[in-house]
Amino acid sequence: MILTLLRTGWLNLKRDRVAQALTFLLPIVFFSIFASVFAGQGSATSRIRVAIVDEDRSELSGRILDGLQKETSLRVTTTAGDSGAPLDRTAGERLVRNGDVPVTVVIPKGLGESFGTIGFGASEVSIQLLADVSDPIAPQMVLGLLQKVTMTAAPDLLMQGGMRQFEDQAGALTPQQRTAVDTWLPQLRAQAQGSATGGGSGGGMGLSAEIVDVMASDSRAGSMVSFYAAGIGVMFLLFSCAGAGGALLDEVESGTLERLLSTRVTMTTLLAGKWLFLALIGFLQLAVMFTWGWLVFDLPLFAHVPGFVVMTAATASAAAALGLVLATLARSRAQLSGLSTILILTMSALGGSMFPRFLMSETMQKFGLVTFNGWALDGYLKVFWRNAPLWQLWPQVLVLVLLTLAFLGGARLLARRWEVA
Amino acid sequence: MDVLTVTGARKAFGAVTALDGATFALRQGELLALLGPNGAGKTTLIRAIAGRARLDTGEIRLFGDPVVPGATRPELGVVPQEIALYLRLSARENLEAFGALQGLAGAALKDHVQWALVHTGLADRAGEPVGRFSGGMRRRLNIACGLVHRPRILLLDEPTVGVDPQSRDRIYDMLTALMQQGVSLILTTHHLEEAEARCTRTVIIDHGRVIAAGTLPELVDQTVGKDRLVTLRLADGRTETARMRDVATELPPLLDRIRLTGAAVDDVDVRGPSLQAVFIHLTGRELRE
Repeated sequence: MILTLLRTGWLNLKRDRVAQALTFLLPIVFFSIFASVFAGQGSATSRIRVAIVDEDRSELSGRILDGLQKETSLRVTTTAGDSGAPLDRTAGERLVRNGDVPVTVVIPKGLGESFGTIGFGASEVSIQLLADVSDPIAPQMVLGLLQKVTMTAAPDLLMQGGMRQFEDQAGALTPQQRTAVDTWLPQLRAQAQGSATGGGSGGGMGLSAEIVDVMASDSRAGSMVSFYAAGIGVMFLLFSCAGAGGALLDEVESGTLERLLSTRVTMTTLLAGKWLFLALIGFLQLAVMFTWGWLVFDLPLFAHVPGFVVMTAATASAAAALGLVLATLARSRAQLSGLSTILILTMSALGGSMFPRFLMSETMQKFGLVTFNGWALDGYLKVFWRNAPLWQLWPQVLVLVLLTLAFLGGARLLARRWEVA
Repeated sequence: MDVLTVTGARKAFGAVTALDGATFALRQGELLALLGPNGAGKTTLIRAIAGRARLDTGEIRLFGDPVVPGATRPELGVVPQEIALYLRLSARENLEAFGALQGLAGAALKDHVQWALVHTGLADRAGEPVGRFSGGMRRRLNIACGLVHRPRILLLDEPTVGVDPQSRDRIYDMLTALMQQGVSLILTTHHLEEAEARCTRTVIIDHGRVIAAGTLPELVDQTVGKDRLVTLRLADGRTETARMRDVATELPPLLDRIRLTGAAVDDVDVRGPSLQAVFIHLTGRELRE
């Protein structure tokens, strides 16, 4: 009897491709995505983008710049756009605010001079890391590399500063000691030039550096909540649109579609009506979610109403169209359910709904842009995190509008099978 | 007067020929039964008349004008075999939705919806969600949604399938009332006794072709003839059957002959030619699916 039940179960699974995909393919897809996200998929893809503003233009700042540029885990920018002009603090901060880089290193004027007189650690001039703390990893990593590079790229300068401090506190060196130090300094310099990319330890003396959260200057408590509201909201919007789009398949099965098409309604009108309904419900769904975030989690919704409306309208429109194209592609509710589960979970993982894209490797971040979620979340991030003006949303809105049109066109073509036979 | 004519209708789906030159006409104010075994082409024919299937060759005309596939004809109403209703909506809301999609609005829509509710006996349940309705009530509402815009021709694909005899009677009463109001109706059904009793004419279709058409006496004449089938059940359990043109004349001699053999007759059953007999005569006894 058990064998009969096993055989029946096996035959059902064997003939249900959607169930096979959900059982075997989806776990592999997810494993691969998260393995790629967390394993970094090789050093070339996990380089951190960092901008460097050299206000000091001293020998020390030059050596730090060279050292950071030689770090294989960093991709360094020192110029502004195509002009080739060196970055200044304002431009460097803008790069962070726009999300182009997670960190800008500002080497302030006077660092080299201060270092030359009193050495690291005691200097009142600090290197600043202008950072977007929504990425908690990049600033800390750059800070560590900065410490390492300073120690390995300028040990001679460090030594000179240290000796001066020693002489200030303990008295002048003897002529023999002075000769020994002067002989040692060129060796240190040569050693530093030869091992700028090496893994030497920075020693006990620390670089005076501070992380400045440029995004926090706008006092927007709860902005991270808005990111997760958008991430989760978009994922569930896709699920609900796919589910609601399935009403079309219900209408096919119940015969109401045939009846509707026997009235004055054309297929184009029918799809337009369904799309508009799904888009409005999707808008409402996201509005309810963000309002809940505002009520309970201090999400700054009312400080960003225009951006929220624009992004939500574009996102809900595209999600509704995707729901329709999935419904017209599927042959049954069960097929739609399997298909949409696979597609939406995959897109959500790649597009940043489950794990922020800015924490992914560069390759994965670019790959995420093939997904619907990636563009929608980028837009919400601009609105709530970067405080971007409306016009800066145009790339995201344009892509979502184009996706809407493409999905609607696809749905219309696929729906031809329900028209006159 | 013919309100609908189908001439040489042919339609194939790949290698399967659904219609193979079907030809017939529907007259003003008649209830026409479209009969045929499963897969004979009835539903394809109904869909073609409704403009939902494009003929390969042939022509369909409504009130003299050719039917254009994909174009809606307001004088036509369609009642599908499925319960094509929104179950979460009330009867009134369903009627309002389908009426509006047929172009009705305002007071006209309200009047038509009320008429359809009264006509189908659903006025007192108009506000209830259809999901709570019995099978018979759903069937009646299914028909109501097809006629809410008061069409002059109504196509019904198996309108009584799956409902009890009382509901079937009620549905046929509705259809008869429509017919008396001048509406012309075509219905497909597998309930041959009902078709025989309630329809004015019958068209039998098989393999995509119309193989017989007419009133029941005409069909009987064309096929099985007017002989009655007489069945005698004897006291010893045996049965004897005979076909008789004139039962009053031919039955007594038969009873005498049996009595002379020493047998006793327990029961006599005399059956006239039925639509069932005509149908089986024309389409055979082989299973089609």
